[in-house]
Amino acid sequence: MTARVRGQAWVGETPLFAPIDLTVAEGGWTCLLGPSGVGKSTILRLLAGLDTGARFQGEVMRDAPVALMAQDPGLIPWLDVAGNVTLGARLRGTLPASFLSKYPGGRETDPIEGSASRGAEPPSDPAARAAHLIEAVGLADRIHHLPANLSGGQRQRVALARTLFEDRPLVLLDEPFSALDARTRAQMQDLSARLLSTRSILLVTHDPAEAARLGDRILLLRETGLTDWPVPLPRPEAAARPFDAPEVLALQAELMRGMMA
Amino acid sequence: MRTALALILTVLCLWQGLIWLAQMPPFLLPSPQAVAEALWLNRAEIARHAGFTLAEVVLGFVLGAALGAALAIAMGFSDRLTGVLRPILTFSQTIPVFALAPILTLWLGFGMAPKIAVTVLIVFFPVASAFLDGLMRTPQAALDLAQVMGASRIRIMRHLRIPAALPSLATGLRLAAVYAPIGAVIGEWVGGARGLGALMIHANGRMKTDLVFAALLVLSVMTVIFARAVALALHRAWRRYGA
Repeated sequence: MTARVRGQAWVGETPLFAPIDLTVAEGGWTCLLGPSGVGKSTILRLLAGLDTGARFQGEVMRDAPVALMAQDPGLIPWLDVAGNVTLGARLRGTLPASFLSKYPGGRETDPIEGSASRGAEPPSDPAARAAHLIEAVGLADRIHHLPANLSGGQRQRVALARTLFEDRPLVLLDEPFSALDARTRAQMQDLSARLLSTRSILLVTHDPAEAARLGDRILLLRETGLTDWPVPLPRPEAAARPFDAPEVLALQAELMRGMMA
Repeated sequence: MRTALALILTVLCLWQGLIWLAQMPPFLLPSPQAVAEALWLNRAEIARHAGFTLAEVVLGFVLGAALGAALAIAMGFSDRLTGVLRPILTFSQTIPVFALAPILTLWLGFGMAPKIAVTVLIVFFPVASAFLDGLMRTPQAALDLAQVMGASRIRIMRHLRIPAALPSLATGLRLAAVYAPIGAVIGEWVGGARGLGALMIHANGRMKTDLVFAALLVLSVMTVIFARAVALALHRAWRRYGA
């Protein structure tokens, strides 16, 4: 058990969801699938320790620190890619003074020279670690670009690198790819499955195709409650299931039927 | 620039035309030429008074802006403080500075202090109000992230909320720069013998309307230049900041 939410939530006097008992298992992807407005994000925010705007009665347990990635990448417009990836260290005051003085608002000169080569042991120095991750998400040539000069998919890549930089065992994903076009979304699913393979993931999504590609466990949330949906397909290690495999498409259709029911 | 020149020329023509047509006596409406002459003949005196006014404007603006910004940050930290201070601030703005200026002169004497105080009173409100507005509008996605990342309130303020609110602060400062000279002149009207406001009151009392207009002209030009300088400085600072 990595995290667990047990209880019920109301908005005003209206129940948001019926009593649920949700566990995020250690390792792998737990997908929380459901239509908009049934409280998926509320559950995720409860786990993240954020305000939900709903009244929750029950208990939230979590034995690991979390990192968060949402549909809005939440990039800081005045920080470049490297500055955004290291935001957590900046906000905790753990960036070395040399980094901050050379690099007060981002841009300017380059502390992130000579990034480690692919596949090598991840470096421990925050600047080098950030460079390593930026390279891993495929933005090595845009390390000093501002968010305004990136495409939607590139912004989510920055958000993914920032999430990885946090290096937390439990990662909460709140519909992170739902604003992307179909091709970019599929690419981001592949990339995330690869880079997040060693962590426990809770993915909140309203897209049955996404759940069918990524879920090791799929939990269907409806107004009536939470259903643990059987997932008969194995997932290749550190990868998403192929989007065009007949059994993945069949699972997607089955999940869609489940959502319509 | 060209349209500005054309506009000034049009105003001057209308002004002169009004004098010719309506046969206005010079103590009611002096001709542009008379104003220009008054400006030239009294240039040393006007410059001296303008210097005092400018010093009051700059000092009052800097102090008022610092006070307003500090107040906004303090209120940004605490909803309770905002709840207490906001009605007080709004109430403070319902008191006309015209009414307050004599009392300030009574308290602070006839020197520069009451003029600077009136300017501070005029400047701090738009600065505090615009800056606080910006501080309360940090994108929620960034605040959520910061909270999950384990940032302290002070670091969130310093690294997220203040930088994100700088455009709002700049709006407040630009607005305040235009109003600041009004504060200084009101202070000078009420008491003391130095500054463009005092010069205008004095000249008006002696029916030297051309000198009043000349001082007014200098004040307007000074205000425009000051406001432009503030806007330019903000623009530079903003670009250096990297946005």
